[in-house]
Amino acid sequence: MQMNTPESDVKSETAFTEGQPQSIVPHMKILVIEDDLEAAAYMTKAFREAGIVADHASDGESGLFMGSENTYDVMVIDRMLPRRDGISVISELRKRNINTPVLILSALGQVDDRVTGLRAGGDDYLPKPYAFSELLARVEVLGRRKGAPEQEMVYRVGDLELDRLSHEVRRGGKEVLLQPREFRLLEYLMKNAGQVVTRTMLLENVWDYHFDPQTNVIDVHVSRLRSKIEKEFDKPLLKTIRGAGYMIKDEA
Amino acid sequence: MIPSMSRLRLLFRSTAVRLSALYIVLFALCAAFLVVYVTAMSERLLAQQVREGLNQEITDIRGAYDRGGINLLLRMMERRARQPGANLYVIAGPTGEMLAGNVQSVQPGVLDREGWTGMPFRYEPYTELGPPRPHVATANVFFLDNGLRVMVGRDLGEPGRFRGIVRRALMVALAIMGLGALFIWFGIGRNALKRIDRMSAASTKIVAGDLSQRLPVGVSGDEFDRLSESLNLMLERIEKLNEGLRQVSDNIAHDLKTPLTRLRNKAADALSEDREDVRRAALEGIIAESDLLIRTFNALLMISRVEAGSIAAEMSAIDLSAISADSAELYEPAAEEAGLLLTTEIEPGLVVQGNRELIGQAIFNLLDNAIKYACDAGNEPAIRVLLSRAGDSLRLSVADNGPGIPADKRAEVKKRFVRLDESRSKPGTGLGLSLVEAVMELHGGRLELSATHAEDASPPGLTVTMVFPAQKP
Repeated sequence: MQMNTPESDVKSETAFTEGQPQSIVPHMKILVIEDDLEAAAYMTKAFREAGIVADHASDGESGLFMGSENTYDVMVIDRMLPRRDGISVISELRKRNINTPVLILSALGQVDDRVTGLRAGGDDYLPKPYAFSELLARVEVLGRRKGAPEQEMVYRVGDLELDRLSHEVRRGGKEVLLQPREFRLLEYLMKNAGQVVTRTMLLENVWDYHFDPQTNVIDVHVSRLRSKIEKEFDKPLLKTIRGAGYMIKDEA
Repeated sequence: MIPSMSRLRLLFRSTAVRLSALYIVLFALCAAFLVVYVTAMSERLLAQQVREGLNQEITDIRGAYDRGGINLLLRMMERRARQPGANLYVIAGPTGEMLAGNVQSVQPGVLDREGWTGMPFRYEPYTELGPPRPHVATANVFFLDNGLRVMVGRDLGEPGRFRGIVRRALMVALAIMGLGALFIWFGIGRNALKRIDRMSAASTKIVAGDLSQRLPVGVSGDEFDRLSESLNLMLERIEKLNEGLRQVSDNIAHDLKTPLTRLRNKAADALSEDREDVRRAALEGIIAESDLLIRTFNALLMISRVEAGSIAAEMSAIDLSAISADSAELYEPAAEEAGLLLTTEIEPGLVVQGNRELIGQAIFNLLDNAIKYACDAGNEPAIRVLLSRAGDSLRLSVADNGPGIPADKRAEVKKRFVRLDESRSKPGTGLGLSLVEAVMELHGGRLELSATHAEDASPPGLTVTMVFPAQKP
């Protein structure tokens, strides 16, 4: 999706508006349970353009039925639904031993509802309104999680290596010295190599705060990290996806 | 007719009148019972005394007859009958015809039976003038061995006289009751229940929308005054909230209308634009504008949630020192990029009862502000994050060397949508400090703004301090 190699963040970012981002997870199939038909139509169309098959259910009961009858990689469930609310759909699915990753969408406040949603068995939480790029990035990470080997001890992207046990990072065999936070940042990016990771996702997973950072704090950390892992090398690995976030990928 | 009817009904709806009516009925019942009881008791006593007196007299008369025969009996009776206030004496023949006595006639049948007459009977006394008026009496009759019948009785007055006395007593009692009820009505109704009326009149005005109305408070400090006072406190709170709400909606109207209008204009521009790159730029501007709007909405939503206190359930003991250090670490690169030196002075191991997310967001807001406003000052641009314990509170400060905020504007900036930067040249929602203050209120703390250096220094800098109540060790 991104061909040019950025020298600086601003000039050579891949603009989100240049076209819909493409899913890198092949043949992903998801279920969207959302009662707002316009929002659902926008979502399913955008998912389809990103290469993801999205089924739609417009209320809690039919969503529960479809979720139980079919196999999906990810479900996107609105918090407030007619006939059966989103939280109840999730707990019923979990009761039926269906462990498909669930992303909860909610128009409610972020701080306390997030906890409620995750306690009911949701895997991720996105407050409305959201950017579609954020939703897509999160759905892909959830979809990938199912098959991803969590136990892998060494992450590799191109000639970049990260050892999760010894906390060592090497590029082309040469050690790269990172601060603890930079290590965690790189670890998360490499765990989701080839996938877009948003700023909010980074703040959540690296700093453990769950809100929209709003300023460039995350970007500065990323660019520091970038300078450390790319400074003496020709080939850029860490890319800025404009309007969405970052992605680490080896452009073969 | 109809208005007077409804007025009457209105009168009866008043608690004062109903209470008074109830009192009247209860008092009247009590009084009637008392009067009847006392009357019955005194009648019985009176009757007994009369009987005893008559019995004594009969013993005397019998004795006289036994000693001196009919002559002595007649003499004795004659003598006694002449005395003032004498008893009634009758001597009758064996068939019941009256032979002698001091009464004109007796109810027939009274003389036919020996012993007590039982129920009072009628008789007619001798009268000097006019027709005889019937009286009642009680009497004892005895038969002599020669067949003569002797009756000794006692006048009980005119029939109904006693009942008349009782009735008068009852009337007087009822009149007193009525006066008492009137007094109660004035006492309670006028004085106390009227105050409830005034209170409900005031509340009616309040319901009608005049929130500046207050309930009347007297000087006595009684239950009504206390009720009025607490209701007034509630009203003040409501008025304040209402005022805040109105101000917020005014501000929303202003602060959201402006970007919405810009958004609309940009969309219109993009629509009419032919050149691809210009149109792209316009569309990107639209997205940026929408993002700002979304952020504003999110911040507003967050503040109202925090203020409603619904997040309070998610409180736990959290390491304020760690949060401060983490936040400083998160912002350090951004500060450096803005040309600011970010240093910390954090006392380790300070714990508060709180919500990590909210406190984190509050510190982030302060650091955002510091980076945004501290860099265009003459001083050496720097930010310091300080955390220390001071007495029974924990003070977490973000201090900068920036232009600061004049002392008289410091309360102002905590309000929603207030931005001192009139030109709005820096991006922002005007909600940052409002959220921090709401978070501090939720944690039982407060937000303090002061100058970093002397107030008259140039520039004075700004120190924003979150004051938390310290956890009891």
